Amino acid sequence: MEIRSDLFYTKSHEWVRFEDETTAVVGLTDYAQGELGDLVFVNLPQVGDALVAGEVMADVESVKAVSDVYAPVSGTVAAVNEELLDSPQRINEAPYDAWLCRVEGVEGREGLLDSEAYRALVG
Amino acid sequence: MTQRLLSFEKSVPGRRSAVVPPLDVPMPELPRAFARQSDLPLPQLCELDVSRHYKQLADCAYGVNSGFYPLGSCTMKYNPAVNEAAAALPGFQQAHPLAPEEATRGCRAAMAELERDLCEVTGMDAFTLQPAAGAHGELTGLLLIKAYHEARGDSRRVRMLVPDSAHGTNPASAAMAGYTVVSVRSRADGCVDLDHLRSLLGDDVAGIMLTNPNTLGLFERDILTISELVHGAGGLLYYDGANLNAILGLARPGDMGFDVTHLNLHKTFATPHGGGGPGSGPVGVKAALKPFLPVTASAGAADGLQVKAFYGNFSVMLKALCYLKVLGGDGLAQAGRHAVLNANYLLHRLRQAGYAPAYDQPCMHEFVLCLEAIKHETGVSALDVAKAMIDHGIHPPTMYFPLIVHEALMFEPTETEDQATLERVADIMKEILSQARSDPQSLHEAPHNAPIGRPDEVKAAREPVLKYQPERP
Repeated sequence: MEIRSDLFYTKSHEWVRFEDETTAVVGLTDYAQGELGDLVFVNLPQVGDALVAGEVMADVESVKAVSDVYAPVSGTVAAVNEELLDSPQRINEAPYDAWLCRVEGVEGREGLLDSEAYRALVG
Repeated sequence: MTQRLLSFEKSVPGRRSAVVPPLDVPMPELPRAFARQSDLPLPQLCELDVSRHYKQLADCAYGVNSGFYPLGSCTMKYNPAVNEAAAALPGFQQAHPLAPEEATRGCRAAMAELERDLCEVTGMDAFTLQPAAGAHGELTGLLLIKAYHEARGDSRRVRMLVPDSAHGTNPASAAMAGYTVVSVRSRADGCVDLDHLRSLLGDDVAGIMLTNPNTLGLFERDILTISELVHGAGGLLYYDGANLNAILGLARPGDMGFDVTHLNLHKTFATPHGGGGPGSGPVGVKAALKPFLPVTASAGAADGLQVKAFYGNFSVMLKALCYLKVLGGDGLAQAGRHAVLNANYLLHRLRQAGYAPAYDQPCMHEFVLCLEAIKHETGVSALDVAKAMIDHGIHPPTMYFPLIVHEALMFEPTETEDQATLERVADIMKEILSQARSDPQSLHEAPHNAPIGRPDEVKAAREPVLKYQPERP
């Protein structure tokens, strides 16, 4: 299981990569994809949606179940990775490349875990 | 593994079941617009081919009358033959749904009696038998809650609380009814987290959907407190009847504070389940919700609110009524007690065999094993163990549910099974566990003796092929 040291994480297994102080790219961790199993469908937020940290922003469906994905940060959705709609298995294959959405207007990193803290959580 | 062909693939040009004599009358001319321009692409088979084809398919089917079928939360109990005999009585079978009311009084009396019996079993005040199965019952019940709040002019209640251990149909039905679903956490002991529940309650909460015992097979001991809290905030309590078997004849949702209840006659009341026939999901309510209830047989003519045509799946109701009458009050309580005893006995034997329960405490009618440690040790997953069970001639339990338990296997033996069967199953599970340690690869490849072993579930979900597609020349 891979945990990248340059990313931030949540207890609900999303990863966050800050592109600058207020822009973040969000995805699902390697641990999450392993627990979910093979993904077959993804529902993403829409560009312009206002996200609130801790609230549902997307869902993923595996052969086992549908699971909610929680927004790790608050902000506005600037872009979504539409490739995933046709190829949700990208999340299983390369969880840290298969980003879900880009969020702008992010203020602060409150509540996020660094890689060490996340490793302690799932290790 | 034998390659199984579709009847289309077995087709032999010119082969047929009946040889009709040559036409000896003039052939009428059909208008060209109505005549087929090409042959109908049906399989060409003789009667024996067809008979063997369907017999082979029938041999692939597995039911409670084939063997042990511990599908958790589905209550796969035996369906006594006397139920079928009762439902097949000519007076019931030959009744027509459009016959005048005075000609079908007997049918209506039977349904009204079932409604009364279900009220008695659940502690509700009125029942509709219309919903076709569990999820239909859930949707009906939630729309009743909605109608109740709206009739009081209370339109702010847009949220429906659902525990994180709930059946997947609960949030789905709530969303279908237009509610925003809010998940309530479970505590470490598997029951509803009361503090979290308190923090969610408010004047925007329409109600809470609960299964009791819950999907972990644990009785929500705080149910009276939950009822007080939710009612105190103006919400209603919805009872998912999937697990009623555990408390059958012993405790009643109505007495626990539930306002709406759906039942699955095809689970708790021994009518056929799955491919064996249609389901039936009656919904019961307390008096305050009675004005919103769809058609009931007790109230008379079927001109009230409808959620299904006529009164519902009538012959299923007759089977359930027969089951209730044969068992009676004491018999029902005995069924409930035996269901709980069987589950605890099997749990005990599986614990001895080396399996870990997700919650180490006595269970109700079902229990959940957590195979995470086994997977960690041997690489063999809950899925592998379930697949291996097929090779031993038993139906796998429910897997990977509830979602809050990792590597979950959920067993519900029901009262149907005797001690010898439970012993045999425990021995088989012990053997599978020892195989997981000695030869994990063989379990990754299980089942070895089934017509279909490991279907491509991803492909099935993403690119389902639902009909035969002949290759175009």
